[in-house]
Amino acid sequence: MARVQALRCRECGTEYQLQPTHVCEMCFGPLDVVYDYSEVARGLRERIESGPSSMWRYRDLLPIPDGAPLVTLDEGFTPLVRAERLGAELGLRNLYLKNDTMNPTNSFKDRVVSVAVSWARAHGFETMGCASTGNLAHSVAAYSARAGLEAYVFMPADIENAKVVSTSVYEPNVIAVRGNYDEVNRLCSQLAEEFPWAFCNINVRPFYAEGSKTLTFETAEQLGWRLPDEIVIPIGSGCQFVRHRRAASELIELGLVPDGRLPALTGAQALGCAPVYNAWRDGTDRVQPVRPDTIAKSIAIGNPSDGPYVVRIARETGGVVEAVTEEEIVEAIRLLARTEGIFTETAGGVALGVLLKLARAGRWQGDEVVVTYLTGHGLKTADALNGSAGGRRVEIDPTLKSFREVVSV
Amino acid sequence: MPKFRIPGPLRSLSGGQSTVEVEAGDLRAAIDHLDQKHPGFKNRLLDEQGEPRQFVNIYLNDEDIRLGRGLGSAVKESDEISIVPAVAGG
Repeated sequence: MARVQALRCRECGTEYQLQPTHVCEMCFGPLDVVYDYSEVARGLRERIESGPSSMWRYRDLLPIPDGAPLVTLDEGFTPLVRAERLGAELGLRNLYLKNDTMNPTNSFKDRVVSVAVSWARAHGFETMGCASTGNLAHSVAAYSARAGLEAYVFMPADIENAKVVSTSVYEPNVIAVRGNYDEVNRLCSQLAEEFPWAFCNINVRPFYAEGSKTLTFETAEQLGWRLPDEIVIPIGSGCQFVRHRRAASELIELGLVPDGRLPALTGAQALGCAPVYNAWRDGTDRVQPVRPDTIAKSIAIGNPSDGPYVVRIARETGGVVEAVTEEEIVEAIRLLARTEGIFTETAGGVALGVLLKLARAGRWQGDEVVVTYLTGHGLKTADALNGSAGGRRVEIDPTLKSFREVVSV
Repeated sequence: MPKFRIPGPLRSLSGGQSTVEVEAGDLRAAIDHLDQKHPGFKNRLLDEQGEPRQFVNIYLNDEDIRLGRGLGSAVKESDEISIVPAVAGG
């Protein structure tokens, strides 16, 4: 039996052969990759542990055909940092941060893009595409360059300058669209029908999305092959969140972790774009679109495709969905930098902000193993901290006298 | 006449056509007419309560109808109605 078998509709169960398509023709539901793990289960843990120091140590659990060359920049296997100082502030003795700012293009997107570009090249595509709030474009540009593929990346025209520069350097076709992310996405889903391109988050999405699982695989391995009690995850489209539920199930089913209990999966949004939080708060899984207005642009998705699943999974696993203000995002970014020496972007600030809010509200006793995913680097959204970065800056003449006059040590 | 833009996965219903013209005063009537011309559309687009299915996005010109007046939105001669499956993001 082939390891990677088919695509299956998450809603109605209709199966499709492996192909670049992302929605069920019957009900428009999202398609997921179906595996047969019976032949990889044996000796899996040993193979993983002796694999490369990248997310590709989990290749057996990813949808790239056996033997196909990978397009990789050694993404993943990022540090799981035990956050003692931040934990002390929050009364959490087992707080960990998955530092995905350490990826090749400094966000978790490298995990999904490495899978998408590897899959696309293995299936004869010559051009990559994506609709992006910035991080995905950056990653697609880099991995397309690495693979020698053409790239078209579509972003809202108002995206942070740092993201435009760091994407443009790889010389993709950067298309700045006068509209918000949801409008860019709609345009791209129409383009995907017209052009024979592999759009990461559209027609190759079922494969692309699988890359996110590696965050949770690694977290479990780095904790000594056990799942944490709770994971706090930023929510944009919800695509990543859904994969963590799947990753945790796979770890359990494959016997890689002993405990049969799923971690509580908790979602974090910015109040300026909180359609999933709104649905959670209202006790429904019907997600009503909103117009985004937040500094957390990388997760400013007003019409989140996986939103209903986030609500259901949070409920099922004992997690929650919570949202924070712009001020709380900035406070969280600063607190992290001050206590742990890590600078995360606004989406990471959203996840941390929610961690802070829940900890202060008494959600945890103190001994639970809680992990927060820091999905992108702070330099990507440095503008969000203009005038509020904190720290003390003084200006002096280059003399000892001036130093002594101005600085009290 | 108002025009529907049909996405790839639904073109098997419209005989391969990417656009279908309809006569209607509002969006709900437009979908009714589309379903008369090409039976099956209504069931694919709307749920049992007659509301757009969870994974179906409908745009009147460039506006997501769920941000506006929904299926009650008035439809004019020159309007274009797009049906777009939900997509992932980042």
